[in-house]
Amino acid sequence: MTDATHAHGHDDHAHHAPPGGVMRWLTTTNHKDIGSLYLWFSLIMLFTAGSMALLIRAELFQPGLQLTNPDFFNQLTTMHGLIMIFGVIMPAFSGFANWQIPLMLGAPDMAFPRMNNWAFWILPVAGALLMGSFLLPGGAVAGGWTMYPPLFIQGGISYDLTILAVHIMGLSSIMGSINIITTILNMRAPGLTLMKMPLFCWTWLITAYLLIATMPVLAGAVTMLLTDRNFGTSFFNAAGGGDPVMFQHIFWFFAHPEVYILILPAFGIVSSIIPTFARKPLFGYASMVYATASIAILSFIVWAHHMFSVGMPAAAQLFFMFSTMLIAVPTGVKVFNWVATMWKGSMTFETPMLFAIAFVCLFTIGGFSGLVLAIAPVDIQLHDTYYVVAHFHYVLVSGALFSIFAGIYYWLPKWSGYMYDETLGKWHFWLSVIGMNIVFFPMHFLGLAGMPRRIPDYALQFTEFNQIATVGAFIFGFSQLIFLVVVLKAAKGGVKATDRVWEGAEGLEWTLPSPAPYHTFETAPVMK
Amino acid sequence: MLMGNAKTLTKLVVVTLLMFGFGFALVPFYYKICEATGINSGGEQSLVNNTQVDTSRWVTLEFDANTNTALPWQFKPLQNSLKVHPGQLVQVEYEVVNNSDRAIVGQAVPSYGPARAAAFFKKIECFCFTPQTLAAGERRRMPVLFVLDRAMDQEVHTVTLSYTFFEMGAKAQTTGRLRVSPHG
Repeated sequence: MTDATHAHGHDDHAHHAPPGGVMRWLTTTNHKDIGSLYLWFSLIMLFTAGSMALLIRAELFQPGLQLTNPDFFNQLTTMHGLIMIFGVIMPAFSGFANWQIPLMLGAPDMAFPRMNNWAFWILPVAGALLMGSFLLPGGAVAGGWTMYPPLFIQGGISYDLTILAVHIMGLSSIMGSINIITTILNMRAPGLTLMKMPLFCWTWLITAYLLIATMPVLAGAVTMLLTDRNFGTSFFNAAGGGDPVMFQHIFWFFAHPEVYILILPAFGIVSSIIPTFARKPLFGYASMVYATASIAILSFIVWAHHMFSVGMPAAAQLFFMFSTMLIAVPTGVKVFNWVATMWKGSMTFETPMLFAIAFVCLFTIGGFSGLVLAIAPVDIQLHDTYYVVAHFHYVLVSGALFSIFAGIYYWLPKWSGYMYDETLGKWHFWLSVIGMNIVFFPMHFLGLAGMPRRIPDYALQFTEFNQIATVGAFIFGFSQLIFLVVVLKAAKGGVKATDRVWEGAEGLEWTLPSPAPYHTFETAPVMK
Repeated sequence: MLMGNAKTLTKLVVVTLLMFGFGFALVPFYYKICEATGINSGGEQSLVNNTQVDTSRWVTLEFDANTNTALPWQFKPLQNSLKVHPGQLVQVEYEVVNNSDRAIVGQAVPSYGPARAAAFFKKIECFCFTPQTLAAGERRRMPVLFVLDRAMDQEVHTVTLSYTFFEMGAKAQTTGRLRVSPHG
């Protein structure tokens, strides 16, 4: 505790004369600075892992090997997955949390500003370990982002670096989550009860609990990998009496909740945006809270649906199949609530709203293909095919990533004080949404036709759909440069944003001037 | 409020540490569950159940072992006869002793009675597949793993499997007729 008071004291000194240059960012304990750092980091990583995706798609433009060899191809798919999850989506959501949670709750800062600084600054270290492993002998990890043994026990030095990077990223998430939970539980403005909180805070509160419950389990699992690799234990090493299938159970016990960690904050962002542009309060607020909580609880009992094909008794398959399908109920509640919020609203279609609507439609497609995969007999057929790739890109690209775009367009004027370029924003939206569907929709057909994932070469009959997907990938990838231009322009200058920014915007953050001052709510606002 | 933060921090750190421990606790938990439910129990499960056994009839197998008179080996089956169902996986053992004071390479040649049973005697593993080298005075037990095909004629009730060991090398070559192919 003294730690936090000390940090506050230090911060109070600092803001009279914040150090300039690099030191300002290295030592900052300000939630807005840290939020921006997370978002910039995430943007850089988006282009890094996105370039890998384009290389993957370029290789898959035609059968045979053109640009890569199989090992480098596997490194690309593995690193693309790891970086997109741990380096793009999660840091971006942390960035939103850091910027928005104190502003939405009327708190002066996060609960533990010094820990907040640490939580961010260990992330680039993890990123450097991951990216640097490309230069090591043997190259980067090529065992898939799921890190399954025995492959992951057999690789070279980069596998140890990746394990270390996962530890660091997990530690960062845990510190961030502790901060978020404490801020939300203890630092709300007087009168702002939990059930009056903006839904974004609710979704992040539940996400943070999920992180605290599952990240340590991942840390344990990769620690076991590390000791199996280097210290002669045999948790997963069959030669020493271990069981590689056990890794899959422990891993997915973490990684299924992780899937919701990647999407619940997106629900929160979309639940903030749709009411603003429909000019109606969110339909069914309480049911949204309960739906989010039930998704989180259910996420702990469905993990084995990722591994139907390893072999399990019929009773277990049925249990995991039906419990997985059950998640469609609270998710359906959310989708219907968003639609009901828009129903008879006086809607306008600025870029944030366009992305939010695309989110609702396309995430639902991803949800439905998830239901298809939940059916055990179907999943055994589709396991490790492009159908799975199509499914999780619909939920992670048109789900998580689109919600991040929506949130950036929505809150950027509040953060920078300048409106973004609406025309460029619309171009970005339409090229993204069209490109994204051209990449990922044909993958459903490829998977149904039996094309396996994680292969650099494929049978001739898959060529046409792969070519369509690659063309879409380049449209989608290069249209993100528009996003970069929009963000850079709006960060520098342009049309001044009003305090409320959006006509229909409700909430504490819109009562502040634009840009939001460096220190806000030093005296807590009182809610009616 | 700040005191409240310290309390929350402590609780959350405890939860984090407990969950880290839980990750490791999943290891014994996993094996207990597998044991209790009989899933994944160390490979026994993985032996495929043989559905090709014809339990409606018995066939008596008789085992015979000989050595060529020039070969100073003692060679005998460890069981003289066995009753089996056609289709059943059967393993029998033979014992061989090299009574001489030199290393000798020998090759076993099988024969069957009745001869038509030979086509239904499906060997999976046999010491007769390869030449056997025995050091001076060495004693060795050797397995034969086989299935008697269920398609074998109904009227055959007894099958005799007989092996004869021949010495491989110069002597065998001079006699010419006694040469055996390695997979005899």
